[in-house]
Amino acid sequence: MATVTKSLQALGHDLSESDKQLKLLQSVGLKPFRENLNEINLFPLKPTKLDVFQINVGKMCNQVCDHCHVDAGPDRKEIMTIETMQLCLDAIDKTNCHTVDLTGGAPEMNPNFRWFVEQLSAKGKKIIVRCNLTIIVANKNYYDLPEFFKLHKVELASSLPYFSSAKTDAQRGEGVFDKSIRALKMLNEVGYGIEDTGLILNLVYNPSGAFLPPDQASLQTQFKTKLRTGFEIEFNELFAITNLPVSRYLSYLVASNNYEKYMEKLVNAFNPVAASSVMCRNTISVGWDGYLYDCDFNQMLDLKVATKNTKHLSDFDLNQIESRHIIVNEHCYGCTAGAGSSCGGTVA
Amino acid sequence: METYYNPEDLKQFGKISEFQPVLGKKFFDYYGEVFKEGALTAREKALIALAVAHAIQCPYCIDAYTEDTMEKGCDEEQLMEAVHVAAAIRGGASLVHSVQMMNKYNSLSM
Repeated sequence: MATVTKSLQALGHDLSESDKQLKLLQSVGLKPFRENLNEINLFPLKPTKLDVFQINVGKMCNQVCDHCHVDAGPDRKEIMTIETMQLCLDAIDKTNCHTVDLTGGAPEMNPNFRWFVEQLSAKGKKIIVRCNLTIIVANKNYYDLPEFFKLHKVELASSLPYFSSAKTDAQRGEGVFDKSIRALKMLNEVGYGIEDTGLILNLVYNPSGAFLPPDQASLQTQFKTKLRTGFEIEFNELFAITNLPVSRYLSYLVASNNYEKYMEKLVNAFNPVAASSVMCRNTISVGWDGYLYDCDFNQMLDLKVATKNTKHLSDFDLNQIESRHIIVNEHCYGCTAGAGSSCGGTVA
Repeated sequence: METYYNPEDLKQFGKISEFQPVLGKKFFDYYGEVFKEGALTAREKALIALAVAHAIQCPYCIDAYTEDTMEKGCDEEQLMEAVHVAAAIRGGASLVHSVQMMNKYNSLSM
């Protein structure tokens, strides 16, 4: 079973502090990530074009997953206000971004979540919601989420680390697998994941332990077969994501005595092709309080964008964002290992 | 404490070529080819390797192919079933010889 029931912050754990995490990441004596980038002429790492706003609307969540890099949970009260959401909309209007990716915590727990989705939908943006599935069946206030998502043609990216309860519950908490299956059935009923409906339901796999993800295509075949034959569930694609050594996953690595071996594994699996396609090159990450980051991981490490005057949505300047140098550190090895990793799965 | 098996030695496996480069290279080239996707998937081959690792009781191979099968999407039930296949074959190999024992016994008995 999942071993954590509270956030690291609520436990007063050392690794709830970003500076302690950064210190640990630099303590192993590995080849610095920037040196690998330098050898393939990618340092300093620069953005390509801003295509995606990934917005973290709050750290509150109904789950407490062992691997969560956000350290989210029911005890986290950081929630994006409607005023900050309006700043997001204003910033989006200054760009030609095509996609807005909403994450959390459980983004649906933000009281202004639906208003925000409606505003983004009116702008004609592709909307991705990182839905943890169990929120749909958490209580009756959320039972109509499938219909709401359908109305706005929201694309869903939902974590399901395995097609069995043992491995899923071990990572995400007791009972999560059964609730996830119920939620997936509700989504299938309104057309999500069903061929030709245009309603996209993608699943996200990440390893339940200190190892790298399998080949995405072959794992997708396994998931399709097992979920169809065992539960009559359909979905579109499976994204295989590598766990990055940040926050609770970092804490797990240390506690299980796997930290150094895992980092070594990531470094040895550095893939230059994956490095050139990392998602921070076309994405900007927005924190619950409106600050800007290169990615959701840098956000959790409090590494704000390296721009002169655009650190916050209230000062948003596209030129500065697109000409910045992306901040890299040793956790970035997680996005460049093997076939690479992004919020959309493998990149190489 | 000094032991015959050192987990760190697994990382040095490639160094066996230092004493015999020609044969070492041939072996590693062959090894790489064997584990590529073919008529069997890489996942199936990893499970076979895990079972064989238990049959030959190689601690390096057990570590390596436990991790490899996990990274190919296998769960604990599948890993253990592979080991049972090895155990069944090993056990069966002993037991099937008992036919010889029975034949000999019968030949010596009234």
